[in-house]
Amino acid sequence: MARLAFRTKGLTKVYGEGETAVHALRGVDLEIPEGEFVVLLGPSGSGKSTLLNIIGGLDRASDGEAWFQDNELTAMSDRQLTRYRRDHVGFVFQFYNLMPSLTAHENVELVTEVASNPMDPDKALALVGLSERAGHFPSELSGGEQQRVAIARAVAKNPTVLFCDEPTGALDSATGRTVLGVLKDVNEKLGATVMIVTHAAATAAMADRVIHFADGAIRDTVINQTKLSPEEIHW
Amino acid sequence: MSPLDQKLLRDLWRMKTQALAIALVVATGVMLLVMMSGLVNSLEETRRAYYERYRLADVFAPVVRAPERVLDELAQIDGVSAVEGRISGRALIDVADTDLPVQARAVSLPDFGAPRLNDVYLTSGRLIDRQRTDEILLLKSFAEAHGLAPGDRLSATMHGARRSFLIVGLAQSPEFLYTTAPGELVPDDSRFGVIWMSRSAMEAAYDLDGAFNEALLSVAHPHDLPGVLAAADRLLDEYGALGAYALEDQFSNRFIMEEISGLRASAAAVPPIFLAVAAFLLNIVFSRLLQAERQQIGLIKAFGYTDAEVTWHYFKLILIITASGAALGCLSGLAAGASMVGLYIQYYKFPFLVFEIAPSSFVIAMVASISAAALGGLFALRRIFALSPAVAMRPPAPPDYSQSGRFAGVFRRLLDQPTRIVIRRLVRHPGRVLGAVAGVSAGMALSGGMLTILSGFDESIETSFSVVDRSDMLVSFIEPLSDRTIHSLRRIEGVIDVEPTRSVSVVLRNGVRSHRGGITALAPDAGLYRALDTAGGELLLPEQGIVLTPALADILDIAAGDILTVDVREGRRPLLQLPVTGIAESLLGSPAYMDLAALNRALGEPDRVSGAYLRVDPNFQEDIYTALDAMPAVAGVSVKADARAAFQEIMDEGAGSTRFVMAAIAAIIAFGIVYNTARIAYAESAHDLASLRVLGFTKGEAAFVLLGELGAVVLISLPIGALAGYGLTFAIAEGFSTDLYQIPASFSPAALGQSGLAVIAAAVFSGWMVKRDSDRADLVLALKSRE
Repeated sequence: MARLAFRTKGLTKVYGEGETAVHALRGVDLEIPEGEFVVLLGPSGSGKSTLLNIIGGLDRASDGEAWFQDNELTAMSDRQLTRYRRDHVGFVFQFYNLMPSLTAHENVELVTEVASNPMDPDKALALVGLSERAGHFPSELSGGEQQRVAIARAVAKNPTVLFCDEPTGALDSATGRTVLGVLKDVNEKLGATVMIVTHAAATAAMADRVIHFADGAIRDTVINQTKLSPEEIHW
Repeated sequence: MSPLDQKLLRDLWRMKTQALAIALVVATGVMLLVMMSGLVNSLEETRRAYYERYRLADVFAPVVRAPERVLDELAQIDGVSAVEGRISGRALIDVADTDLPVQARAVSLPDFGAPRLNDVYLTSGRLIDRQRTDEILLLKSFAEAHGLAPGDRLSATMHGARRSFLIVGLAQSPEFLYTTAPGELVPDDSRFGVIWMSRSAMEAAYDLDGAFNEALLSVAHPHDLPGVLAAADRLLDEYGALGAYALEDQFSNRFIMEEISGLRASAAAVPPIFLAVAAFLLNIVFSRLLQAERQQIGLIKAFGYTDAEVTWHYFKLILIITASGAALGCLSGLAAGASMVGLYIQYYKFPFLVFEIAPSSFVIAMVASISAAALGGLFALRRIFALSPAVAMRPPAPPDYSQSGRFAGVFRRLLDQPTRIVIRRLVRHPGRVLGAVAGVSAGMALSGGMLTILSGFDESIETSFSVVDRSDMLVSFIEPLSDRTIHSLRRIEGVIDVEPTRSVSVVLRNGVRSHRGGITALAPDAGLYRALDTAGGELLLPEQGIVLTPALADILDIAAGDILTVDVREGRRPLLQLPVTGIAESLLGSPAYMDLAALNRALGEPDRVSGAYLRVDPNFQEDIYTALDAMPAVAGVSVKADARAAFQEIMDEGAGSTRFVMAAIAAIIAFGIVYNTARIAYAESAHDLASLRVLGFTKGEAAFVLLGELGAVVLISLPIGALAGYGLTFAIAEGFSTDLYQIPASFSPAALGQSGLAVIAAAVFSGWMVKRDSDRADLVLALKSRE
């Protein structure tokens, strides 16, 4: 069996206190092998984004454990979590979060300058098919192009894991498919573990593993024996 | 209640801290406006009431000796409504707590009834019994300064004879709100006394039986004044008229008018600064609020509300905050004004104070604060109009940086990405950067200017009492004497150096312009008291002609080379035509200088002196006092250390004292602007900072992007602020300078350096505050919502 990228035990997240407390995660136990393409599905508020944020080092758990490889994330200091994000994690968000004051190329360089084992920014942009647009600012790019720059930026550090929160949420289906294709390539060519949070259930068809969330807990996990390519997906 | 109004109340509750801060700034401005204009109004009104109730004269006409019947002729002058003749003379009072006798003025009160003009207000004891020639009333402030009370005895020298008197009462008079010894400029309660005695006792003491030496006139209409002054001078000429002068030239009145106008200037200058700051804050807070509520605004508009309705909705928020601040300010201004009145009674020595706030000041305060706030808010509200509902409900498009530089060549290698972010943010938003630079520079300029002025006050004292006047004391004689007197002063043991001086009271005239004052004549080799040129160097007085200060030349509208008419008001009262031969700097008073020999030549009285500057050995001080006291020719001695202390006190307690308040305000404003600049930078880059942190940048690295911009703004602002501060110094110095003293505007590298350091300190502190917030920011939340 492949080495585990992530492992959680009784992972709990509670927002607020007393009667108004919201239980975002209610003791989640999970194991994700390295190199898998994982899709997290579930209605709003089911806890999937919260899980992603905790194992991505953006948020802290209220209780339970979360491990990245042999490192316990839930025991890390702020500084260690920053180090972890810097060296291992790539993020892609629904609203891209590019630096408006940097060109596409510079947005990628922003990450390669600080990462320990980065790839050439030009190569990362080529990977998402944006070599021609490298010198453009975000305001000069379409939504899909901005998201591809965000992906290029995320993969340019050669991340161990790539977290995507609604990466296609703001895109039309054709552009969405292109983006998913890029994510698929990153997973296959770079061997990065990819975890996608999405509302688009159809995306599940291209995943190795599909985790269904409901009410702060995992309802079920499906391992796909046959996967579809992004081009075959419709939503 | 409409849903929009409910939203309004909830918005207000959510932003209660900021709203409170703004309301308090507005309240402070309004409070100061109401309080200060109320106080100025009250002082004016009290002064008027006090003058009126105690019938202060409009014209003072001193003469050598005039018979009683002349009063009837004076009363015949057109426009004169009342006349009073009295006797007034110099005296020296012996008081227990000083070695030297104190100079004083004795003034007569009629034997029967109250004087028609210049009545006194008895504060304790009783009035004089005319049968008793040894009874006196003493000026209350002087009595208090020396611990004297009714029942005490006091000995005084009048007209060369020493006599003992019984103090029967203490009195105040609108004529002597401020007193100063002859030849001195700075008022001081303890160093000049006023004695009131019965007319018959005064006639005996000053050898003026059946005569008066000062006529007081009141004038029915101000426009009669010039005619009355001229007629009185004509009529009294044969009795040795020393020149009639109007109330506006009377020392005490002039001083209090200066004080009131100083307060009025502060009242006009300070509140607008607060209101401008409030407008600035409102602009910032509203810009952020509206940015955050973009989507809601779009939604409200999509429901069919018009631009005007939406704008009015947000404007109401501004209105509530400002109006409550203004209302609070009005109330606290009223309360503060009422409680300050007590202090002002003491300081201005009014027997009563009419506290009166003009209702118009409330209206002005309300209108001014609401318009200032509206202006600040409307700049932010303007953006509402530009938003179409559909655009508003989408997250804003990325700001366009395509016009900013694409770095190439050497820059490509040298600049890392965070530096490029900082540079592009600066270059791409020149308006925002300019605004911030303008704000920070203004804050620094204000602080630097005020700090320079604070040292300017010290410089004014230092120049006046250490550079111009290097003597230890000034001895003045009863009348101009032969310069042999100087030798007798030199023989006193402990006297190191003596320099003669002569001062004559004159009216300087140039065409229609005139100025009542004195000419100070100095020996050519004077070292103890020197005239300075406008650059601060020693000025050698030319062998002929008169040297004026810039202020005096300005009053008389005269320049070097012109001929000045000098109307001498003592001795044989000649009318001289003297060329203006130079301009001399003075920070205290507006003296006119002449060479001693030149003055004596012009007066036709060779080798005369009216006083002497002394440098003495401090070990012999008491012996010297005793020796001077024994010299009949000595009319008075003014010790420089006392004069300096009195000057310092006037500056620290009078209108000059507002300089400390102004300096504090300047510092607060400078800090406020720097802090807000940091806050805006954080608000605008919070999202980018969160993104950087998510990408694995450390807190320090992310903060570089935030603080780099602030640092750049501060660095650009420092030289601009220093320059502007230097320029501002001149305006502030002008504002603080009065008739009595001038505050020099100078280039003070230390003050500008200190204000620069203060701005840097404010920037470091503000940077630390926003960095702390940035460090604590919830990354997830920052990324989820686009704004």
